[in-house]
Amino acid sequence: MEQLLIQYKQILSDYISNRKEQNLYIGQNYIRQLIQKNVAPEDVINIHRKAIEEIYTQLPDTLTHAYDFLIEVMVQFGLQFREHQSLLVQQEELRIEMDIAANIQNILLKTEMPELESIDIGMVSEPIRKMNGDYVYFLYDEQNYLSVAVADVVGKGVPAALCMSMVKNGLETMKYANHNPSYVLEVLNNIIEKSVDDSMFVSSFYGRYDIEHGVFTYGSAGHEPALYFSAKNESYYDLNSKGLLLGVMPEVKYPQFTIQFEENDFIMIVTDGVTELKNYDVIESRNLLKKIAFPLRHLSAQKMCEKVYSELQKLQDYNLNDDFTIVILKK
Amino acid sequence: MNNILEVNINTEWDIITARQIARETSKSIGFDTVDQARIVVAISEIAKNIFMYAKAGLITIERLESAEEKGISITAIDNGPGILDIKSVFDESNSKGLGAGLPGVKRLMDSLEIQSELGGGTIVRIEKWLR
Repeated sequence: MEQLLIQYKQILSDYISNRKEQNLYIGQNYIRQLIQKNVAPEDVINIHRKAIEEIYTQLPDTLTHAYDFLIEVMVQFGLQFREHQSLLVQQEELRIEMDIAANIQNILLKTEMPELESIDIGMVSEPIRKMNGDYVYFLYDEQNYLSVAVADVVGKGVPAALCMSMVKNGLETMKYANHNPSYVLEVLNNIIEKSVDDSMFVSSFYGRYDIEHGVFTYGSAGHEPALYFSAKNESYYDLNSKGLLLGVMPEVKYPQFTIQFEENDFIMIVTDGVTELKNYDVIESRNLLKKIAFPLRHLSAQKMCEKVYSELQKLQDYNLNDDFTIVILKK
Repeated sequence: MNNILEVNINTEWDIITARQIARETSKSIGFDTVDQARIVVAISEIAKNIFMYAKAGLITIERLESAEEKGISITAIDNGPGILDIKSVFDESNSKGLGAGLPGVKRLMDSLEIQSELGGGTIVRIEKWLR
């Protein structure tokens, strides 16, 4: 410490008499030694105080007291500063873990899209944060049935994503695409009700398409009604259904309904990220969606989804405020 | 001069009393102003821990003197909730807010020891030697 003081005093008095950039640069290089010798901030102030006392022998007592005060403050500040730094490090570690978790989740919840001759499928699902709270699942038995589930967890981020894994596992236990929507929703509800936190709910639309007969059967668990477009009538119909959100209570029954699918008809299944737009209420949002999709009806289902997404993004100044999912099935 | 001094910690003002005694003791032992500040901040932290987490406790301040060395020892005893995982107190990358500044206190002093049981209170002993 004595050696450091001698050097510091020299550098300081050189600066006081010359005030040149060079003096400051030498001061900067001096810091390296402080770091090497693990000198604490309060020690640096003490070195400065001693150097000043040696350069100016007639310092008033009050100035010495002021230095004492600064040293005291610095000890406490150093303590809290390091604590704060270690919290920042922790935060960074958490962020990295979160990124990894999000990647794993995205791989786990990747939607496999089947390709069929008889029906055209399109989908866009964009998360607002790293993890998607919406999930789309298709099941095609390579024969006569194609099923589709669109689910939305009430909530966001990690808890929502974990809950979604549960939904996926539930859907995968179904194995066959020919199950009734009311049965599938009932099973999903029981799984989620039993195994997920009481504050977690999932809305889901479930549809099954009978390829041979062109019959679409659907049910809903508190989900946004899907939109059915009849090409013959050139008009939209809401696929209304009554059913409680998944996970609220056990043993819930879900009704199911059917529609006859004709050539060029399509169904749009969306999550509330699509219909709860800023500056629009739900009815206005749904009308907007219908209006945007109408002139696109001759495009492929995938193109339609992409166009709708980009149109709505533009309308919302590229600042959508929820996970956004749209699925289109088109004959 | 008495070699052991005691302060009961019940109110925030008692923290100041503890600081005062630590300052006078460390000064009379011969610590310089920087080390005095370190010792005082250390006692202040452990007294504040008692006040915040255990509500009440006792701090003793002791002069250490052997043939070769002189130093100060401060012991804080409380009947508070105790610390379940003492290791986590020192693991700064994993501080759960439990340690409440103890890693920092350890750096200010030469040694820090903890004895604690969940529900059985905590004893923290810190020492610093004059160089």
